[in-house]
Amino acid sequence: AMSVDEVVLLDAWGSMFGMRARIALEEKGVKYEHKEENLSNKSPLLLQMNPIYKQIPVLIHNGKPISESAIIVQYIDEVWNHNTPILPSHPYERAQARFWVDYIDKKVYPTWNKMWRSEGEDHEAAKKELISIFKQLEETLGDKIFYGGDTFGFVDVGLITFYCWFYTFETYGNFKMEAECPKLIAWAKRCMQRETVSKIIPDEKEVYNAVVEMKKELESK
Amino acid sequence: MAKDYGEVKFFGTVGSPFAKRVQIALDLKGVQYTYFEEDLRNKSELLLKYNPIHKKVPVLVHKGRPLAESLVILEYIDEIWGSNHPLLPQQPYDKALARFWSRFIDDKCLPAILKAAFTANKEEREKGSEESLEALEYLENELKDKFFGGESIGLVDIAASYLAFWLPAIEEAVGLKLLTSDKFPKLHKWGQEFTNHPVVKKTLPQREKVVGFFKARYASIIAASK
Repeated sequence: AMSVDEVVLLDAWGSMFGMRARIALEEKGVKYEHKEENLSNKSPLLLQMNPIYKQIPVLIHNGKPISESAIIVQYIDEVWNHNTPILPSHPYERAQARFWVDYIDKKVYPTWNKMWRSEGEDHEAAKKELISIFKQLEETLGDKIFYGGDTFGFVDVGLITFYCWFYTFETYGNFKMEAECPKLIAWAKRCMQRETVSKIIPDEKEVYNAVVEMKKELESK
Repeated sequence: MAKDYGEVKFFGTVGSPFAKRVQIALDLKGVQYTYFEEDLRNKSELLLKYNPIHKKVPVLVHKGRPLAESLVILEYIDEIWGSNHPLLPQQPYDKALARFWSRFIDDKCLPAILKAAFTANKEEREKGSEESLEALEYLENELKDKFFGGESIGLVDIAASYLAFWLPAIEEAVGLKLLTSDKFPKLHKWGQEFTNHPVVKKTLPQREKVVGFFKARYASIIAASK
């Protein structure tokens, strides 16, 4: 008898990390239940499945939890390995892909966080740093169609989910991504032509509005 | 006839725990490599060429192609030299767990330990100790065999080498007690098994030097706060 896979994804609206997992699942054509968490009122399931970090995304596959989006995407690629590979097949390229997703994770969100929580000189410094990080990522892409070369891959999944946050970065940072990194924008638009991506990535203005609300809430505490 | 894996160069420093991770993996797998000892106050042109992004050790250069970030390098080493002393489990779920715990050590354990030891502010140090104990508790509960990798050393053990060797050195240098045998019997025993493993023992730096390094670091933190 064929066993049915039970796949659940704990996520939160607007999370670029949750989106990575969703895009990976969509790329593989995996049926999954999408559960949206309210991060100010975390469900018992989330706390049970990710007791250490209490964060989304968490992939629950046949009752077993996997946390950390980069780890989740690799897991999805390894389990559903019958189609559409996400990680490159060559070990060196695989290692490079892991390096760049690690770079994105170490740099982008923490620097954005620094930028929107600071003022004056600190804010300007964080803004400069954020722009230089994206310029580096643009340089890494070079003239390739995708980070994965001809095919949409691990680094593409890892970075495209930040696209819907660009407007937020631009507005709080007072700069234009298209002016600073035109090739990166061109790459993002290519990615958005994929149905698996466009159905998951929300509108950037909606993300901005949600962030504005969140900042108001934080400031009122 | 031995398989020709291609030339391997490895850039590290004697004192870097992250470089030692890579060295332990290379040595466990019997990989032939040329070692370059870096002076981090005066980084070589080669290091800056091979790791322009982070400008750090460790860097592995295999057949002329460079890689940086210790956990990335470890997985690569395991894929290329797969049959000798495998480090990662075979099953995707177990792999995911190994990756999770390795990251946990870097993201949660190490920062907490550094906060507990090398902060001038007493409150911060106490908070660091609490966070360290919490993190160690998770690892204590996770450890089910002789090693995190089962009967033999795996990825998580190598990532956790900091706890087996550098943490006790920090504890001695600054007068901290974190990884005690009464609170963490399994982890404490694991630490001894790990550091006594013949290959690991040969690769680890001299303990007195490391204790001395941490003593100096602690002293400068205290001096700067006055």
